Amino acid sequence: MLTALDRKMLRQIAGLEGDPPGAFNIRKNGQGIERRSIPGIEIIPKEGKPGIDILVKPGTTGTVHIPVILTASGLNDLVYNTIEIGESADILLIAGCGIHNPGHGEARHDGVHEIFVRRGARLRYREKHYGEGEGKGKRILNPKTVLLVEEGASAELELVQIRGVDDTVRDTKVRVEAGGRLAIYERLLTHGTQEARSDVEVDLAGDESTARVISRSVAQGTSKQLFRPRLVAHGRGRGHVECDSIIMDQAVIRSIPEIWAENAAAELVHEAAIGKIAGEQIVKLMTLGLTEKEAEEAIISGFLK
Amino acid sequence: MLELDKIVLKFKADDHELTALKEISLHFETGKIYVITGPNGSGKSSLARVIMGIHRPGSGRVIFDGEDITGLGITERSRKGIGYAFQHPARFKGLRVADILEIAMRNGEHNDCHYLSELGLCPEDYLERPLDASLSGGEIKRIEIATLLALNPRLRIFDEPEAGIDLWSFEQLIEVIGASHRPDTTTIIISHQEKILQMADQIILLEDGAVSLHGPREQVWPVIRDSVRCACRQDCSRGGMYYVNCPR
Ligand SMILES: Nc1ncnc2c1ncn2[C@@H]1O[C@H](COP(=O)(O)OP(=O)(O)OP(=O)(O)O)[C@@H](O)[C@H]1O
Ligand SMILES: [Mg+2]
Repeated sequence: MLTALDRKMLRQIAGLEGDPPGAFNIRKNGQGIERRSIPGIEIIPKEGKPGIDILVKPGTTGTVHIPVILTASGLNDLVYNTIEIGESADILLIAGCGIHNPGHGEARHDGVHEIFVRRGARLRYREKHYGEGEGKGKRILNPKTVLLVEEGASAELELVQIRGVDDTVRDTKVRVEAGGRLAIYERLLTHGTQEARSDVEVDLAGDESTARVISRSVAQGTSKQLFRPRLVAHGRGRGHVECDSIIMDQAVIRSIPEIWAENAAAELVHEAAIGKIAGEQIVKLMTLGLTEKEAEEAIISGFLK
Repeated sequence: MLELDKIVLKFKADDHELTALKEISLHFETGKIYVITGPNGSGKSSLARVIMGIHRPGSGRVIFDGEDITGLGITERSRKGIGYAFQHPARFKGLRVADILEIAMRNGEHNDCHYLSELGLCPEDYLERPLDASLSGGEIKRIEIATLLALNPRLRIFDEPEAGIDLWSFEQLIEVIGASHRPDTTTIIISHQEKILQMADQIILLEDGAVSLHGPREQVWPVIRDSVRCACRQDCSRGGMYYVNCPR
């Protein structure tokens, strides 16, 4: 069922060797090809439109893998997933998309995730993008995530895209209710003529809600990046946005963090920095025997870790 | 093992030129400890950087193990066995203490812990810490020294290893540098500290980009002792530096 190439893609995006543990759904070239539900975690295909519903019963602990792979050219895959994490459940959700585009047509995946983290539940969400392929065809990924973090719940999103994807527009909208906690860690590396854009909008709706949005990026070649994280506090929320970028070659990076408070007790902070790798860092690593190129790579990979 | 032959180093500022090293010729032998001392701006770090290949001399030659390495870059010199612990260590966003120690040790033994603990840093507390601005001056300095010890090159240059280090760690530092010095290594320490000067087989005094004194410790120490001691007093009482206006 899964070819060697499929396995490679799964390894790249989800670190999977063989079948995933726990519940999973593997989607390939626009079709769900393997699926497993386990007690407490049910995965059901949607009716009338592409995608799945993942229903996690209250109190359940477990791991869910929902990788998507595209290995054909000229494919435009659109998918809607709805994920419901029941009260007090504790779930590690590993999403991610790998594109191997062999041809000259576009290979495109637009995933729409709607996620509900119910009261007191905890979600850790990992999403890794990976692209490769011999052809000139573009690899395009446009993930859209709408997330609700209910009272006392917590969500941690780790969004990673290192090389390989030509065009990305990421759209993330989160509402955090009273006492809810949100953390988003975004890591991005673009090169060549790639373009990436990330819009994050966090609504700290309830009192004592917190959010951290941390993005680290490296832009090489003539690639372009645009970050627009926005934190809005309606109540006594606390939030921190940080965009930190290394710029190289002829790349272009724009970072536009926005904070917006509607309550005098809100505490919001934003920081943004763009700069090149400091020469003294490269020199130090060269004195330890690395070449200039190796030093640069060590610094970048550390920065993006 | 190392020979510097009429090294000249110039820095160009906007409108003028500064000669940081004026025809420096020195010979360093295997197995010995050299301490280079001298006032601020006398060219000590510049000399170390020329040896490491960070600065290219305007003229003169650097000979290492009989080979002219003047044209070699930093990486090649490192691979030949030259190492340098910076006066002002770089800070990295993203690299952890463990990462840099791993890079230093990637061709050697694998035990990153003892270098840290020997310098009074508990490995459990530090290995995972980012090598960034969150470390104090004394901490990053000790990590820099641990990195050079981990690299374990045949020619080791410590640039003011004592700077920013508290008294207790200072004793340990001297012990660790001394103990790690083997018959087949050459150690060069840039320092103003009496205790470090006491470790020297040879003392080199740099002044204004030139060697003004060079010889066995027994000979050089009595000559500069007063200025170092006096300097210490000045250092403490008004934060000034020594050698400058030092009453003899
Ligand atoms: N990169 C540089 N560009 C211009 N001038 C420099 C540069 N590096 C050093 N210099 C100058 O060269 C001279 C020697 O500097 P160096 O750092 O070698 O002194 P030092 O003896 O190590 O002093 P300290 O005791 O303060 O560390 C100084 O006048 C300094 O200002
Ligand atoms: Mg110096």
